[in-house]
Amino acid sequence: MLRFYETELRSRLLLGTARYPSPSILTEAVKASGTQAVTVSLRRESGGERAGQGFWSLIRDLGVQVLPNTAGCHSVKEAVTTAHMGREVFGTSWVKLEVIGDDETLQPDVFGLVEAARILCKEGFQVFPYTTEDLIVAERLLEAGCRVLMPWGSPIGSGRGLHNLFGLNVLRARFPEVPLVVDAGIGVPSHAAQALELGCDAVLINTAVSQARDPVAMAGAFAQAVAAGRAAYEAGPMEPRDLAVPSTPVIGKAFLG
Amino acid sequence: MRIVVNGASREIRAADLFSALEELGYGGAVVATALNDEFVPAAERQTARLAEGDRIEVLAPMQGG
Repeated sequence: MLRFYETELRSRLLLGTARYPSPSILTEAVKASGTQAVTVSLRRESGGERAGQGFWSLIRDLGVQVLPNTAGCHSVKEAVTTAHMGREVFGTSWVKLEVIGDDETLQPDVFGLVEAARILCKEGFQVFPYTTEDLIVAERLLEAGCRVLMPWGSPIGSGRGLHNLFGLNVLRARFPEVPLVVDAGIGVPSHAAQALELGCDAVLINTAVSQARDPVAMAGAFAQAVAAGRAAYEAGPMEPRDLAVPSTPVIGKAFLG
Repeated sequence: MRIVVNGASREIRAADLFSALEELGYGGAVVATALNDEFVPAAERQTARLAEGDRIEVLAPMQGG
């Protein structure tokens, strides 16, 4: 069972809710994925518009955990304020903490991230920090009070998969008890399976599902990949070798010229 | 007085944040608010006085990744 702070989840797939063709396709994709936690956000709304109210009603009806994000925040102050606003609106202490450092790659500003995480953890938030695979940053985030790490696979929305397998392996080896969620960059189900195979606890997917030709079918495909990757990890994959090892026994083989 | 609501200048009669939200059409909506970049919890909106030139942000639930 996957555990984030005191919450236990069966599904190891977290799903983003952005960029779906329609609200009904979002709803069906969430169901097909089997996810128990979805990310949400906050944006400006004009009086009487009420688009956000409709969205929130749809999410509540799904009966899943919500993970509010601080997407688009570039400073510690902005991220901390947004986290407070999200906690009030969504009624949860969970926050996917993003402090963006570079607009082209959406790479996290890890210095600001650690600072914001320290503030929010002290204020009782349960912080899910969107970070890089940097080991020392991860240490600092844990020291700040984070009990989950969300390293990127590759830049948000790029679909490039896991860029730094070594870095993810090091995080897994150094923090065996900390839930690792690969967030960002996963493009196809095999990327998700790979993350689970190497021991990451979960993945967070958005664009790869919402921008698929058939998001509902793709959500189902990711669910299978995540389950297969986890099962493979638990089964203990073989060690890779540089040279061939015959799988068919050679003892007793006939000499036929 | 004139204040800035979500980046746009607006003329309002209300003198506190709670009344301003009612006047601007947010009554009953699930929103979070900030006044001059500081978060204002829903329970404190009635005591949050507004002054000429204040900036308020009104945020609602939205899709996110």
